[in-house]
Amino acid sequence: MTQSPNQSLTQSTASALTREQHLDLYYYMQLNRQLEERMVRLFRQNKIVGGLYSSLGQEAVSVGTCYALEKRDWIAPMIRNIGALLVKGVPPRDIFTQHMAKFTSPTLGKDGTSHFGDLKIRHIVSPISMLGDLIPVMTGVAMAGRYLGQNIVALTWIGDGGTSTGAFHEGLGLAASQRAPFVLIIENNQWAYSTPVSRQVPIQNLADRGAAYGIASVIVDGNDVVAVYQASKEAVNECRAGRGPRIIEVKTMRMRGHAQHDPAEYVPKEMFDYWKARDPLTLYEKYLTENKIWDAAAKSEIDARIERELDVEQKFAEDSPLPPPELAEEGVYCDGCHKIEADWKRAKSEVTPPRSSIDPTWRLKDLPAYTQAAIAGGNGAKIPAQTPPPASVAVPTAAAATVPAVQKSAPAPAPERAETQPEHLAAGVAAEDPAVPRVPFGRGPKDKAFRQSPENPQNKPAYSRASKEKSFSRTQPEKSFSKSPRNKSFGKNAQGKPFTKNPQDKQGRR
Amino acid sequence: MSHTAPNLSSKTVPTSGPITMVDAIRQAMFEEMERDPAVVAIGEDIGVYGGAFKVTDGLLAKFGRERVIETPIAETAIIGAACGMSFLGLRPVAEMQFIDFIACCFNQVTNFVAKSHYLWGAPVPMVIRGPSGGGVHGGPFHSANPEMYFVHTPGLKVIYPSTPSDAKGLLKSAIRDNNPVLFFEHKYLYRRLKEEMPPGDYTVPIGKAIVRRPGRDLTIVSYAAMAHTSMEAAVELAKEGIEAEVIDLRTLLPLDKDTILSSVKKTNKLLVVHEDTRTGGIAGEIAALVFEGAFDDLDGPVARVTALDTPVPYSPPLEERFLPNTEKVVAAARELAKY
Repeated sequence: MTQSPNQSLTQSTASALTREQHLDLYYYMQLNRQLEERMVRLFRQNKIVGGLYSSLGQEAVSVGTCYALEKRDWIAPMIRNIGALLVKGVPPRDIFTQHMAKFTSPTLGKDGTSHFGDLKIRHIVSPISMLGDLIPVMTGVAMAGRYLGQNIVALTWIGDGGTSTGAFHEGLGLAASQRAPFVLIIENNQWAYSTPVSRQVPIQNLADRGAAYGIASVIVDGNDVVAVYQASKEAVNECRAGRGPRIIEVKTMRMRGHAQHDPAEYVPKEMFDYWKARDPLTLYEKYLTENKIWDAAAKSEIDARIERELDVEQKFAEDSPLPPPELAEEGVYCDGCHKIEADWKRAKSEVTPPRSSIDPTWRLKDLPAYTQAAIAGGNGAKIPAQTPPPASVAVPTAAAATVPAVQKSAPAPAPERAETQPEHLAAGVAAEDPAVPRVPFGRGPKDKAFRQSPENPQNKPAYSRASKEKSFSRTQPEKSFSKSPRNKSFGKNAQGKPFTKNPQDKQGRR
Repeated sequence: MSHTAPNLSSKTVPTSGPITMVDAIRQAMFEEMERDPAVVAIGEDIGVYGGAFKVTDGLLAKFGRERVIETPIAETAIIGAACGMSFLGLRPVAEMQFIDFIACCFNQVTNFVAKSHYLWGAPVPMVIRGPSGGGVHGGPFHSANPEMYFVHTPGLKVIYPSTPSDAKGLLKSAIRDNNPVLFFEHKYLYRRLKEEMPPGDYTVPIGKAIVRRPGRDLTIVSYAAMAHTSMEAAVELAKEGIEAEVIDLRTLLPLDKDTILSSVKKTNKLLVVHEDTRTGGIAGEIAALVFEGAFDDLDGPVARVTALDTPVPYSPPLEERFLPNTEKVVAAARELAKY
């Protein structure tokens, strides 16, 4: 590539950002950071009664992913996704009051941190502390949205540690089999409390877990907010077009301990140094300046605005009362305090008899060994109108020069699931060795009879379509990653495997 | 109890005449899904096969795959997804193939579903239903009565009916309730008794016990299959001149304290019978309630007949030893009546 490194961040035509949007991203990231810095001070003043979990260094993940969503879409944040809440329109006072256990907080003091939600306006599902549970829940949100014809996407995050939970696997299995419009961001911040990734999982990339479920996944530099945004936008678009679910692994770093009490002395100093030089806000500010998207005046105007806003919000929280003790007894049940009503965006007659009635018998054509339609999953729901895939996928030759800092671990998805190779069958394996086609359900490449039989989906003409081949041949993971300017400056092997040069990789691999 | 042959193949719900509990529950599902398109069913093998006990038989044909959602074998995913659906205003009815398997999604039920409304004001209008209970030689993993784990969890409602009409009316109430409701279906009762359904769209209120048999000498509180055992015991006791009042709880959470206390104030003696294991069973809770609310009215100690504090054993003589039965109830009542 001869282009200037910075251009690789923004030129994807599918998700080009306006100046205003660029400045929005900065605003939210800086707001996220300043808010959390204020909370650290409040914590040290004993004004935050419980735990405080820092997302320092991960602001680009929360902001870049959530910024790719629309107002109607649903999120469920984790403790380190305060930036996503801000993007969704949650006022900073809600974050302050939650942590300070105030009566004015969204949970009235019944829970802390980012453990609150908003079903009606902002479409936020509250997390619980048990990791992984949000994945099946948000799968259900996505399924319900589709059922009601809302054309929404549901998105949540999970840390590297959380990918080991049973709920993670059960949820992804259901999401895949339902083809739910669900995006999972695997926020690989290198540490599950004090345990490094390499001591949890014997694989290089957590995104590879998607292949086991037939879920296409990509890997993205989590400290590059534009790359995170673009990858998210693409995943969201795919889901909205009925080609979900999607996984994005963002590689980033938790720059503090698990919580305030934890000095994180177990993290090698070199690792902090490496990532400190890749601070997402510093990088983005540099990018905005070099690309002349803003000037010093614009920056100081935004910074001043953030200070003004946070002053007001923090004062509100500090002046707020704690809840009255008797509140502890209230609210276990909903006794008519909530009106429960689904927001139907399709005719109810479509899902009531006689139109809902079917012949409920399985036929051979429904069974995976005989047809790919069933492999592709789905619950009989109507596939939303097919939209053309994003330009970066549809026009490989042009896009090759403009792909963001995203490593594809799966080829472009097939637009029509009935005729073409389901993308998940090709995921992973195709990238490693296109000469050995992947065959379904354990009938491996050594099964020569199956490979040559007409039953093998890969012997069908659709598989050899030119566009598909192109997308396979384009799958050279290292190349696209190496275009990132940060990788060049930090990895000595500029031409590939950027993350194998990270100190933490060496740590766990003895 | 009359014994009838299993009705495995029927694809339609009988519209008149006495029906089994399985058909009563099916009727409730059909009627609720017809009444409200926000009601969906989710679970393992509930579609083409119609469910392991055929409770959902025929639903798929009528309501289609969007509303009768067959899942992988993943209880946490089932409950999680049902919870997520309820956040958008749907009213999912999730089936546990056997209620024993609810242990697999305990966290999802007790930490996510049960706490949502209290913590962040998110009602979870979903139902978790499934076959429970022993007496059918199901062995230790297909016979459990795990209701007390959930009675101990604030935010849930727990229903355990003993008759077809109660099952239908209570399931309808559960589906219409704004809270997560666990609906236990005793599999011994599924096809062993038949009952005529009340006409029309009737419901049975959650949280209301019923006096199955009035009596003056002692109160027997029970539920589910043991309600029938208690009734049989009451008939035996009557022959000896002991008139037992039998209360069928129907709902375990919230518990109908008033019905229990007013009965104990009348009979002055209380025997609690349940098929759940002894330690931590609801008998202990009811005893405490009575000590708090009717101590001065008691003429004798609160007695209980329960299952043993063991897993449910498989072999018939072992399971019979494990389970309460009419003789054990009669014997305990006789002792209590002496006070």
